[in-house]
Amino acid sequence: MDDWRDGIFEAIKAAGVTQVAYVPDAGHSRLIERSIEDNDLRAVSLTTEEEGVALLAGAWLGGAKGVLLLQSSGVGNCINMLSLARTCAFPLVMLVTMRGEWGEFNSWQKPMGATTQGHLELCGATCYRCDRAEDVRETVESAFRFAHYTNSIAAVLLGQRLIGAKVFEEPAAC
Amino acid sequence: MLNRRDAVRRLLDDRGDMLVVAGLGQPCFDCFAAGDDPRNFYLWGAMGGAVPTGLGLALAQPDRRVMVVTGDGDALMSAGAFATVGAEAPENLAICILDNERYGETGGQVTHTARGADLALMAAAGGVRDTRTVRTEAELADAIGALRNGAGPQVAVLKVAPESEPGSLPPQDGPHLKRRFRSAALGVEDK
Ligand SMILES: Cc1ncc(C[n+]2csc(CCOP(=O)(O)OP(=O)(O)O)c2C)c(N)n1
Ligand SMILES: [Mg+2]
Repeated sequence: MDDWRDGIFEAIKAAGVTQVAYVPDAGHSRLIERSIEDNDLRAVSLTTEEEGVALLAGAWLGGAKGVLLLQSSGVGNCINMLSLARTCAFPLVMLVTMRGEWGEFNSWQKPMGATTQGHLELCGATCYRCDRAEDVRETVESAFRFAHYTNSIAAVLLGQRLIGAKVFEEPAAC
Repeated sequence: MLNRRDAVRRLLDDRGDMLVVAGLGQPCFDCFAAGDDPRNFYLWGAMGGAVPTGLGLALAQPDRRVMVVTGDGDALMSAGAFATVGAEAPENLAICILDNERYGETGGQVTHTARGADLALMAAAGGVRDTRTVRTEAELADAIGALRNGAGPQVAVLKVAPESEPGSLPPQDGPHLKRRFRSAALGVEDK
C-alpha cells in the first residue's frame, strides 16, 4: 500500500494549496520536506502556530489556498487566533499530529493531547480523526472540501498509533 | 511626535492598487478615517495577527504592495513574526507601526516600547531588510516613500502622540469584510 504521508501530500496538491505553514513535528517531517522541494508550494516555517492561522487568512484574502501543519501541543497556541478564521469564515485546514496518547513516553504532552479535539471543537473546528493508514488520504481530501465549500475550519487529527509513537532508547531524560 | 491620523492619511493617499491590513484598535480607526476602501481588511480582534496576515497576503499577491498598519501592542504580541517575515523576505510587504508607547485602546497603559524595547531593532534582528524609527515630519516623508515603494520587507516605526483620536469605526462584520476585499482585490464573487 502507498505511504499515507504521500497520500496527504497528494491531497494537498489536489486541493490547490500553495502555502504550507508549519511548526515542525516528527510526524510531519516527510510532508515538510516534500513541500520545501516542490516549486509550486511555499513552505513557510512559523515561530508559533497562531502565526499560521493568520498567515492563511491573509493567503485566502489574496486568492491563495493553504494548509497548517502542527502537533497537538500547537493547537493550544492557536486558540485566540482561530477567532479570526471563525469570525470571518475563512476556510482553514489544520493537519494535527497527535501526541500524548498511544504509547506516549513524555508526560508533558499529555495535557494538550488529551484536550486537543475538545479545544478545537470549542473554537468551532470540525474534527476528523484518523487512526488507520487507509483512511488518511480520503479524510484529508474531505477536510479540504468541507473547509473550502463551507468556509469553515476543518482539523484532521492524525492519531499517534498511525504515526508511530516516538521511542527513546535511553530512559527518557526529557 | 507625529499625529497618527495625519501620518496614515498621507501613507494611504492616492494608493493605487495597494492592499491594506489594519491591526486591531486605533490603527483600524486611523485607516478607516483616512477613507474606507474594500481593499482594507480591518482586524477587530486577533491581536498579534496583523503582521502574519499581511505576510500571507503578500506571498499570495507578490505583484501588489501590501501595507500592514498596526500598533506597538499588536506588533509586540507577534514579535516572532518579524523573523518569519525576515525569512520569507517578500519584497512587496511593508509594515507601518504606529508606536504611541501605549495600549491606547485599553486605556493607555504603557507598552515595553516606553521602557526600552525598540521595535525597529527587533524587526532588524528578525532579518527584516529595511527598518527605521520615525520621529519628525522630514523623516516621515522619507518613510512613506520607503513603505510605499522601497524594496521590502520594510518596517517603519512611527513615534506618534499618545492622545487618542476621535472614534471612527469601520465595518465589523467579518464575512462582509472578507467578501468585499476578495471582490475588490481579486474580482472573485464568493457565494
Ligand atoms: C489577545 C488579546 N489581549 C488583549 C486584548 C485587549 N486589547 C485590545 S486593543 C489592545 C491594545 C492594542 O494596542 P496597540 O496595538 O498598541 O494599539 P493602540 O490602540 O495603542 O494604537 C489590547 C491590549 C485583546 N483584544 N486581545
Ligand atoms: Mg499602541
